[in-house]
Amino acid sequence: MIELFEAVFRGLGQGSVYALIALGFVIIYKSSHVISFAQPGFMIAGVVLVTYLVELPGIGFWVAVPLATLLTGLFALGIERAVIRPMVGRPIFAIAIITIALDILIRTVAHAYLGINVRHVQDPWGLRTMSLGPLTVQQRHLAAVLAAAALVAVLFLFFRYTRMGLAMRAVAQDQEAALAQGVSVGAVFAMSWAMAGGLAAVAGSFAASGRSVDPLFWLIALTALPVIILGGLDSLPGAVVAGLVIGVAQALTQSYPHWVSFLGTNASVIVPWLVMILVLVVRPYGLFGTREVERV
Amino acid sequence: MLQVHNLEVVYDDVMLVLRGVSISVAPGQIVALLGANGAGKSTLLRALTGLLDVHHGKITRGSVDLDGQPVGHLRPAQLVTRGITQVMEGRRIFAELTVEENLRIGAHTNPRQFKERADRVLTLFPVLADRRRDTAGYLSGGEQQMLAMGRALMANPRYLLLDEPSLGLAPRLVDQVRDLIVAINETGTGVLLVEQNATMALSIASHGYVMETGKVVLDKPAKELLSDEDVREFYLGLAGTDMAGGTGRRSFREVKHYKRRKRWLS
Ligand SMILES: Nc1ncnc2c1ncn2[C@@H]1O[C@H](COP(=O)(O)OP(=O)(O)O)[C@@H](O)[C@H]1O
Ligand SMILES: [Mg+2]
Repeated sequence: MIELFEAVFRGLGQGSVYALIALGFVIIYKSSHVISFAQPGFMIAGVVLVTYLVELPGIGFWVAVPLATLLTGLFALGIERAVIRPMVGRPIFAIAIITIALDILIRTVAHAYLGINVRHVQDPWGLRTMSLGPLTVQQRHLAAVLAAAALVAVLFLFFRYTRMGLAMRAVAQDQEAALAQGVSVGAVFAMSWAMAGGLAAVAGSFAASGRSVDPLFWLIALTALPVIILGGLDSLPGAVVAGLVIGVAQALTQSYPHWVSFLGTNASVIVPWLVMILVLVVRPYGLFGTREVERV
Repeated sequence: MLQVHNLEVVYDDVMLVLRGVSISVAPGQIVALLGANGAGKSTLLRALTGLLDVHHGKITRGSVDLDGQPVGHLRPAQLVTRGITQVMEGRRIFAELTVEENLRIGAHTNPRQFKERADRVLTLFPVLADRRRDTAGYLSGGEQQMLAMGRALMANPRYLLLDEPSLGLAPRLVDQVRDLIVAINETGTGVLLVEQNATMALSIASHGYVMETGKVVLDKPAKELLSDEDVREFYLGLAGTDMAGGTGRRSFREVKHYKRRKRWLS
């Protein structure tokens, strides 16, 4: 039983990372209906930045991560402004393809900076464990859960109370009506990309704790894809819940491979996609897909 | 003075929908803009508020002037800041936001003055004060129209453009909306009132325009339009009847709507 709960906790840690990446995707989608596949690219860019920043004197993990988050956010904002904005009004599909191109581009360049040496984010946890009640858990998983929880709280307050957050919600609901009130839709697009970039960088930083950053690292971000679809493209709570669900499902298949032995030896890689398909059969719009408030 | 001179607007580079429209609204004046569906009324309001872009529309000739300055090229936010705000057709409130959040978006260009403006709007629309924290999507049609108007007033416009505010409202609510437009106007706001309900619009306007297929075909003081035979026949549905009933009378469309509503209720 203890073992089961430990696996679940490990899943929550991993799922927090998925949730942060997916949140960025959903924020862009809600603001502009752009389906952005560039999240893995931003995650890698952010993480590579962290590995370089921590090598500078006087800069540790806790300074490098916020700094890389900010820089990746600005980078994403620049990409939106330079590449995506001119595409406004083009077919959604064409824009999605452009984001795939951007992702490949950013990843390839970032990988070049990884080189052949093993790079680390020099997180304070490594693989150290701690006790959480009766459970023995890895500190890095607890850190990821806490970081995601803190960011979700900040996002909640941002969308609820700030002028920009409210403008973003308005644009998500009715772009033209928001324009008519004097909201700058361009600023909202830019902000959504900056947030997505920043979230991807944080996600990457916590995903990289206790391991090295290598060219296969981006596969973590790939798992965010079924997470997004499972949660419902346009639901922020959906991204969080689906991230955790997929993370836990994956951890369970790793801990109990005999449960799913019929899927072969690499079950934990396909389980996210399997969960997604199973849920979509029952709920075509994902767990939390659009459910509009409308007076009949 | 808000003016449009010889305005031509084209959608998708090919569809000419405004063919040389000229109108003007003086500060503090109520001007009615009438015309059948598809005449180009909403397009004119889009041109006045910078919203043509969204519809792939373009001004190809003529100008939009505010106090003599050309403003046709400005973005919506700039026009709101300069005092032109539109209440779009169909209300377009943010259904998932609360009433208060809708008002906050209305004050987006000037958040510092949110409190005093909200006080003013909520005094004008007490219904909204009662439902401040409610989700806007759950308001009734009439309440949603008030919210749309209140939201626009949060920008403190000098010119308020209303696109068919009486659409789909029961007669009693139409009267209420009419009275509110008068109240808003009394605080010095110029109003350009687009309506299919010509009786209501002309009863409070000082001047009126009638549009047909992208052109202004009548341009007269409201009183004269009310007694114009063509207007009475086509827009008031009152051919040959006495106008003495004034605002108490309902347009044909409204009567139909009211009947439909009653049948549905019974
Ligand atoms: N976004 C658009 N793209 C193309 N044509 C449009 C668009 N919006 C309106 N039109 C056309 O322009 C004409 C005027 O429409 P509109 O301004 O909405 O008229 P009204 O508000 O008087 O009913 C109509 O023929 C309509 O079909
Ligand atoms: Mg219209």
